[in-house]
Amino acid sequence: MRRRYGAETEITVVDRDNRHVYQPDLLFVPFGLVAPDSICRPRSKQLRRGVEFRLGKVERVETEKNTVHLVGGETLPYDVLIVASGAELLPEETEGLTGPGWGATAFTYYSVEGAASLSKAMEGFEGGRLVVNIVDVPIKCPIAPLEFCFLSDWWLQKRGLRKKTEIVLATPLDGAFTKPVAARMLGELLEKKKILVEAEFATGRVDGEARKLHSWDEREIDYDLLVSIPLHGGSPFVESSNGLGDELGFIVVDPNTLQAKAAPNVFAIGDATNVPTSKAGAVAHFQAETLGENIQHFLAGEELEKSFDGHANCFIETGFSKALLLDFNYDVEPLPGKFPLPGIGPMSLLKESRLDHLGKLAFRKLYWHLLLPGRRIPLISAQLKMAGKDTSLLSSTKEGVTG
Amino acid sequence: MTTVTLAGTPVEVDDEGFLQKPEQWTREMGEEMARSAGIEKLTERHWQVIDFMRKTYLDTGAAPSMRALGKTSGVAIKELYELFPKGPAKLAAKIGGIPKPRGCV
Repeated sequence: MRRRYGAETEITVVDRDNRHVYQPDLLFVPFGLVAPDSICRPRSKQLRRGVEFRLGKVERVETEKNTVHLVGGETLPYDVLIVASGAELLPEETEGLTGPGWGATAFTYYSVEGAASLSKAMEGFEGGRLVVNIVDVPIKCPIAPLEFCFLSDWWLQKRGLRKKTEIVLATPLDGAFTKPVAARMLGELLEKKKILVEAEFATGRVDGEARKLHSWDEREIDYDLLVSIPLHGGSPFVESSNGLGDELGFIVVDPNTLQAKAAPNVFAIGDATNVPTSKAGAVAHFQAETLGENIQHFLAGEELEKSFDGHANCFIETGFSKALLLDFNYDVEPLPGKFPLPGIGPMSLLKESRLDHLGKLAFRKLYWHLLLPGRRIPLISAQLKMAGKDTSLLSSTKEGVTG
Repeated sequence: MTTVTLAGTPVEVDDEGFLQKPEQWTREMGEEMARSAGIEKLTERHWQVIDFMRKTYLDTGAAPSMRALGKTSGVAIKELYELFPKGPAKLAAKIGGIPKPRGCV
């Protein structure tokens, strides 16, 4: 925006804290591979000159009056509002989860503090039943729980504890992933690594004293160590802002333009939105392009571009210095192939490789130095490309997809 | 995609028996699908959930998740499981003649 409009545009970023977390690295913290401090940096330092940073908690947004109300009574008027308030963890919404055993035998690594305390528990783990439980979707990064299982398998083998440990993934989904081709391939990988999958497990409550998970349909899973991915919801101010969010507090937007249904001058990005794609960082990056264009169109009184296609791109760490890569959007499920150059790669899609692992690790640097400052990554486009993907595994319903 | 006959009318369903064209659906088809799923009689409470799912799908293009259903349908999750054992969101969607709810990714 500063590049497009110069000093005539005032840009204010409001956040309740000044700590930006590189969330993909939370996965590595419990295994002692990354120190918690090393994945956090001040938000204010990431912003370019000319962008004002304000610390403050938003109480509500009044779209009728183009005003953001902060806790404490201060108000901020706007011409255009971008909601990027993310998804919050709601562990207390699951009966018993934050009761006895929380922080002792039950943890989440979806927060910096949670990941750090799980790291200590892993250090003292001597084998038993390690249960990774997705309470319900949507969650930030739906494949991170699989990665946690894969890394646990590797980590436990390294420490000589694998034979004494059962790893169980308890998921509300009917398989390893939501899309058929990837679900099959990832399911095979879980099987190969002897990770048990308890599918369609809708967690009803946790009994921390007996160390048991109970599902709504009365199944039980015992655990010695529970790694929970709690329910997610939108930021609390959304509920107090008339018409802005859905029943889970995510901003209701047009899935292709990212304009809020509540008001034409409100847009949303990232895991704050209700769009049916991954709530992961790569998605926010691809959305940013559409968002920038569309705010410009809106200010010029032009029609918005329906250019966001749900594009998501994620590395899945599979242990033993390997990873695999997924590339998909609203209409095209993850498929095998090469990325970003068709036939050449060098990255492989939906197939384990050492290079994909190195790619995942290298991404850290790209994130802080290229993505956050708003630079483009060469060869990677915001829209999904079909070239280089093997479509022979698709069922007949995907005709008409071009790219 | 296959064609099956429900309540005397041929309709298109997917591999798991979910209707692909919600406009082909009738309440009689719902009752027949409920019986095949082991629910002998659909009560008013069942219909409250089914109608809610269907309306949400037709209004928004997406079926509500179980969590959303528990928050907004007026029927708590525990009762949803009593009404539709083994998976309320999926079963109510099937009986209501809308496509299988896709878990968000």
